[in-house]
Amino acid sequence: MSTDTSDTPADDAPDAAEGDAPTRAELAARVAELEESLAEATDDDDGKKMSIIATKGTLDMAYPPLILASTAAAFGYDVTVFHTFWGLDILHEERSKNLKLSSVGNPNMPVPNAVAALPGMDRVTTKLMERKIDDNDTATIEELLETSLDMGVEFQACQMTIDLMDYDEADFYDGVTTGVGAATALQDMADADIQLLV
Amino acid sequence: MSAEYDIAETLDVKGESCPMPVVKTKSAIDGLAAEEVLEVLATDSGSMSDIDGWADGTAGVELLAQEEDGDVYKHYVRKTE
Repeated sequence: MSTDTSDTPADDAPDAAEGDAPTRAELAARVAELEESLAEATDDDDGKKMSIIATKGTLDMAYPPLILASTAAAFGYDVTVFHTFWGLDILHEERSKNLKLSSVGNPNMPVPNAVAALPGMDRVTTKLMERKIDDNDTATIEELLETSLDMGVEFQACQMTIDLMDYDEADFYDGVTTGVGAATALQDMADADIQLLV
Repeated sequence: MSAEYDIAETLDVKGESCPMPVVKTKSAIDGLAAEEVLEVLATDSGSMSDIDGWADGTAGVELLAQEEDGDVYKHYVRKTE
């Protein structure tokens, strides 16, 4: 009807393709090749990895890295948790049993900051939290750490922070890796499927 | 429902909360032989979603059923390999 020739390229397409395009057999071979490499890539999923950097040592913030680490281990992940700064206290056998909950700076606390700042208030809020943990049968930090170690989670204690805090390597739980630094953590993160900073 | 399965082992995690039901289920499954079925008894309501998610994301296990029996959540997991 019109003199527009826009139909023509479509009509020509099969002819044009015949010249340059690979043959059906070549395509089939290519598909088989891709399927094979996809299968190999999928096989690698068995070796999933998670890398967590734990920087906090308050009672509330000690939980997330340990819960995620033990759960990921249950999923078959290869898990590394690199502990630095106050996060190191989670690995410290004695200090891990006395982690505190800060009463100030947390607007969800039932105490106004002016009261929360009074001496001894951290002890009060920590006791309240510990009682809640006990009442709810929530696992303790020690239990989670021991469970995670049993499941093969690798806990690393940042050497720079150990020196800075003047901790003794013997103070950490058995199985904790010492003598590691940021480069080790970075390497783990680069290899990992999941990387988290807590 | 439980009568449908030949249960090799029962794991009682009643009273325990996240992440213990999943973590202990994993350990118990590790101790079973292929095709054996593990029964998990939990009171954590989060275990319904968590054990489902764990079974889905873990090779070698199959979640056969989940049911509520009063306050107890029952999970049936078969080790497939």
